Amino acid sequence: MTDTTPQAVVDERLKSESFGARLMKRPELGAIAGVILVTIFFLITADPAMFTLSGIINFMTPAAQLGILAIGAAMLMIGGEFDLSIGSMVAFSGLFFAAATVTFGMPLIVAIPATFLFSAAVGSLNGFIVIRSGLPSFIVTLAFLFILRGLSLVGLKLATGGSTQLRGVRDAIEGDWLAPIFSGDAFGGMFAWLAERGLVETFNNGAPKVPGLPIEIVWFVIIALLATWVLLRTPAGNWIFAAGGDANAATNSGVPVRRVKISLFMVTACCAALVAIITVMDAGSTDARRGFQKEFEAIIAAVIGGCLLTGGYGSAVGAFFGAIIFGMVVIGLTYTGFDQDWFQVFLGGMLLIAVLFNNAIRKRVTGER
Amino acid sequence: MTDDTKFHHGDAPETAPIVEMKNIEKHFGNIIALAGVSFDVRPGECHCLLGDNGAGKSTFIKTMSGVHKPTKGEIHFEGRPMSFDSPRDAMEAGIATVFQDLAMIPLMSVTRNFFMGREPTKGSGPFKRMDVDRMNQTTMDGMRSMGINLRAPDQAVGTLSGGERQTVAIARAVHFGAKVLILDEPTSALGVRQTSNVLATIDKVRKQGIGVVFISHNVRHALAVGDRFTVLNRGKTLGTAKRGDISPEELQDLMAGGQEMAQLEGSLGGTV
Ligand SMILES: Nc1ncnc2c1ncn2[C@@H]1O[C@H](COP(=O)(O)OP(=O)(O)O)[C@@H](O)[C@H]1O
Ligand SMILES: [Mg+2]
Repeated sequence: MTDTTPQAVVDERLKSESFGARLMKRPELGAIAGVILVTIFFLITADPAMFTLSGIINFMTPAAQLGILAIGAAMLMIGGEFDLSIGSMVAFSGLFFAAATVTFGMPLIVAIPATFLFSAAVGSLNGFIVIRSGLPSFIVTLAFLFILRGLSLVGLKLATGGSTQLRGVRDAIEGDWLAPIFSGDAFGGMFAWLAERGLVETFNNGAPKVPGLPIEIVWFVIIALLATWVLLRTPAGNWIFAAGGDANAATNSGVPVRRVKISLFMVTACCAALVAIITVMDAGSTDARRGFQKEFEAIIAAVIGGCLLTGGYGSAVGAFFGAIIFGMVVIGLTYTGFDQDWFQVFLGGMLLIAVLFNNAIRKRVTGER
Repeated sequence: MTDDTKFHHGDAPETAPIVEMKNIEKHFGNIIALAGVSFDVRPGECHCLLGDNGAGKSTFIKTMSGVHKPTKGEIHFEGRPMSFDSPRDAMEAGIATVFQDLAMIPLMSVTRNFFMGREPTKGSGPFKRMDVDRMNQTTMDGMRSMGINLRAPDQAVGTLSGGERQTVAIARAVHFGAKVLILDEPTSALGVRQTSNVLATIDKVRKQGIGVVFISHNVRHALAVGDRFTVLNRGKTLGTAKRGDISPEELQDLMAGGQEMAQLEGSLGGTV
């Protein structure tokens, strides 16, 4: 910060901060370092095919699906709360969406907003109970983890007459003009154009090996940018950090903490709904296991991305890279000679390192004494 | 103890009060923290609220700044009955408070703390965003006018010293206190220079026609700037005195509940 007023003097007690030291204070630093390390690891151990365009798309697709959830989870964690029901919410809103299109035959222009509204309502119920009861969100949303999963099962059986899978979504949405925004690949024309000029890999017939950018990756990037903008540049972002940092101090300073927290629960639920809509349309069906254990993966990605479990600190960019690390590890192991089940060991290790690292960083930032 | 004439005191202006609190009671479960307190603050005066630890001072000002809803009693703001549902309501009405615990977030920067809840924006529609440059500038200026040169406005509040932190809270309240400024023991962590800065700031703010409520343990600080003095004891007012109607010794005695202090003074053989 430079000062232009004449009486301003350069504080002699302020050591000039190196770029590195400034970087150290950013919450996403750990995740970016993690991406670099994981990339180096796979550059050495994995088949080079992993880092071709199709290989990258291959790991970015699950990373994006998880990342959309992780960014929601990160914002909620910065706001000082948890949501363990995200994964079940994916199944539940997936059921709602599939039932809306297949069973009730709604066009997407009705079904999609209805799914978001429905999920936001469930999210606000989560938030409302947490705020009203003063209970830790951990326990309230743990209850919803089971409630929503159970309701998804029961609902599926009701909708299908006994099955736990609801099919026919693809036929139901066939030709709907909204479908390309939530399914398939984006920028197909550009990829074809690049293929014509030999800039991307092609099949023998000249078609590009990658037909386009999977739509979830586009959503993932848009949501990461939007969340970063909100967190760093808008009053709402300031309220989120304040609500998570110290809810009482924030309330006393005029931050509408309850409203902020309930909104964050709604945002998280809507992130789950978006993933549900994208994956249900992609698969053409929904089932009761959709989103299984995604809540843990999303929270892990958020923590790897620099979120503190105690709230008030973290970033959407961090969660973005945290999810990419996740995708790289899950898919990357298939390109190596390692047993894929190393994935869980790797993940637990990453989580532990991230938590220790975040703790140290927090002490640096706050100069905790 | 010296009576102090550092600041010019007019006679307490006999204008209508900005905030008038009548028979405020506050119960926490079976604890009666306030048992009928009446208090008012007028434009351009500094009304000191004195009392021992646990007397109910903080609880009382929290009913004024929207944190607590009084169990009983009436609040009038500019002559109209008013009930603040949240600190935000009180702030919007022009009441700013320095809470005893400061209400700061250690992990957030000084600037973000300064404007927490009331961030200035620029742009419109989806491009509406915080005016970060203006926020930083205002924070630096506010702190400088209180005698502290901040190293950087993006420094986390957790890295500040207790006194610096308290100064941020005071500068913030002065910036936002359009009609009433409430200070709950604002000088407890401050050095001599910053304390006299705060007292000078109270004087300056009062001259702008703002009503100041100043809570202090220190009778000297109170006498230095106060126009009126109200003493609280065990949730009740022991009365309000105008400047000049009460001696420092009487005030000190009232605060400490009288006799015990006199005894202690006797046994220590001097002034406490
Ligand atoms: N939230 C609360 N719940 C229960 N008791 C409280 C609460 N806040 C204050 N009290 C009680 O009210 C009394 C007055 O406290 P306080 O207003 O903080 O005193 P002071 O600021 O004058 O030192 C104390 O006995 C305190 O224990
Ligand atoms: Mg107090």
